[in-house]
Amino acid sequence: MIIIKTENVKKIYQETEVHVHAVNGVDLEIEQGEFTAIVGPSGSGKTTFLNMVGGLDTPTEGKIVIDNTDIADLKSNELIDFRLNNIGFVFQSYNLIPVLTAKENVEFIMLLQNRSKEERDDRVKELLEAVGLGDRADNKPSELSGGQQQRVAVARALASKPKFVLADEPTANLDSKSTENLLDMMAELNKNENITFLFSTHDQRVINRARRVITLEDGKIISDETKG
Amino acid sequence: MYLKLAWRNIWRNKRRTFITAGSILFAVFFAIGMRSMQFGTYDKSIENIVGFYTGYAQIHKLGYHDDPSINKCIEYTETLQNLSNNFGDEVTFIPRLESFALASYDIANKGVMLVGIDPEKEQTLTKLNKKLIDGDYITASDKSVILTEGLAEYLKLKVNDTIVFISQGYHGVSAAGKYPVKGIVKFASPDLNQRLAFFPLKEAQWFYGADNMISTITLSLKEHKQLDYIIAKLEGIINTEEYEIIDWKTMIPEILQQIELDSKAGLIILFILYMIIGFGIFGTILMMTTERRYEFGILVAIGMKRYKLSIIVWLEVLMMAILGIIGGILISIPVTYYFHINPIEFTGEAVKAFEKFGVEPIIPFSMDPTIYIGQAIMVFIMTVLISIYPLYVVSNIKPVAAMRG
Ligand SMILES: Nc1ncnc2c1ncn2[C@@H]1O[C@H](COP(=O)(O)OP(=O)(O)OP(=O)(O)O)[C@@H](O)[C@H]1O
Ligand SMILES: [Mg+2]
Repeated sequence: MIIIKTENVKKIYQETEVHVHAVNGVDLEIEQGEFTAIVGPSGSGKTTFLNMVGGLDTPTEGKIVIDNTDIADLKSNELIDFRLNNIGFVFQSYNLIPVLTAKENVEFIMLLQNRSKEERDDRVKELLEAVGLGDRADNKPSELSGGQQQRVAVARALASKPKFVLADEPTANLDSKSTENLLDMMAELNKNENITFLFSTHDQRVINRARRVITLEDGKIISDETKG
Repeated sequence: MYLKLAWRNIWRNKRRTFITAGSILFAVFFAIGMRSMQFGTYDKSIENIVGFYTGYAQIHKLGYHDDPSINKCIEYTETLQNLSNNFGDEVTFIPRLESFALASYDIANKGVMLVGIDPEKEQTLTKLNKKLIDGDYITASDKSVILTEGLAEYLKLKVNDTIVFISQGYHGVSAAGKYPVKGIVKFASPDLNQRLAFFPLKEAQWFYGADNMISTITLSLKEHKQLDYIIAKLEGIINTEEYEIIDWKTMIPEILQQIELDSKAGLIILFILYMIIGFGIFGTILMMTTERRYEFGILVAIGMKRYKLSIIVWLEVLMMAILGIIGGILISIPVTYYFHINPIEFTGEAVKAFEKFGVEPIIPFSMDPTIYIGQAIMVFIMTVLISIYPLYVVSNIKPVAAMRG
């Protein structure tokens, strides 16, 4: 099942006289259960593209359909709810609410969804264990390492039961050991729970772990390889 | 959840919260202190000035205030004599029979206000015996008079000398009498000090040929805030088509004007204070908003509606304001209470100035609850106005731009 489909998506920034084609006509289909990396040099448009797919930014041209919804049809508040219920986000850093504990950060998104207390408690426990942080539930982000914070962010991204998880350079601020751990965990969730991951990266070790690698350059797809 | 988040957020940057809540606290404390002192001073001045002679209010025959005349006397009926039965000890009703007379001694003459008084009741207001500088106070059955100092000096009179009064009595009867001077009193008001003479009410009724009549009932109050209530109640007891009730604001309008002017000046100072503190608070809130743009961006990105985020930010400002306001009130209560019980007393030169005007050289603080509530509300409104800014920022936040920094 195709859950993300983009058609000729463009993002043009107009800086005085110069037009920057940050994303310049991307056609892409992502299926349920993929574990896909978007790679490319700095400035190639990875962040811009992921932001548009996540409904955080609007394309200048083209169409983005997520699970049969053209997100351009959604009003501002509908779009926020759409993100809440369909997309899990992991950003490069400082993902978490600093005043909430790991557990509360994961629970937060379910509170926004008005889920029941029992459901929240069960799922928080399950997810923190899945990301290997069952014993750090009551720690604040400042008491966790960068890698642990990113895992809490993944747990939070999954808490809303999204259709897919978008992660823009989730390992950029992690050392190689933490990068390894985070990817193991993501790959496991992908394999066991069939969760779709779409992430961008610079990091060759991360690229090696992806099953599909899409390469952008100057806002265009220059290669799209699926392994195995 | 909103409350928990907001509460924890304000303790994230303790120093900033202390500065913000502290400046609110200071604003509230200063404003309350200042207003309390101002209102305390007003209460005291009103008490002083009405205590000179007029009382807080007077009852007369309808029209007497505009055109006082001995012919507009009223019968001192049972109802009027027993007015105090309708009230507790918060008010004393003091009967007077006052009119103008010509006083003479030896070759000197002077127009005076010759007032028949109930010597005992008069004590609750004018405290004539405390104003005595020579001789003794009169009793109800005496046939003697008390003169003000200026008048005695003008007529070159001493205690035990005999003074002659000539006047026109009730309905044109001629009034004349001679009385020994029993005492001399000094009034602080230079005007009153040279034109007042007192004798017992019974004697006055005889002198003016106005048996069982009075011109005025003066009200002396324990607490001037009760005036409106007392007047309203009186209007239900006495016939307002026959009698008028005139309060001190009408009798001595200058005082009210002065108080209002002074109060306005106070408000301007407070307004400036609020502006300064308001900008201070605005500054910290501006910093808070700017620092947290990234975080706000993340929250909206992951699916938090802007209005929910606004609620949290607003709650944060509100909590800081409430902390400051409660703190401000809590520290002002003991301070104002202290100065309420132990008024600021002037010493040295200043005392003379006060005494010249016949008032006690003290400034008591008012404990009127409306001061606390009023200032708390003002500061609260100010804070709410300031919180419009972060609310504006939050409600326009674009996650991508906010997270880019
Ligand atoms: N708000 C903006 N205004 C103008 N130009 C922008 C804006 N955002 C991005 N760009 C430009 O768009 C292009 C793509 O930027 P983008 O951030 O998507 O690249 P990226 O692939 O994520 O790079 P990196 O690997 O460094 O994160 C760049 O040339 C960038 O300068
Ligand atoms: Mg990027």
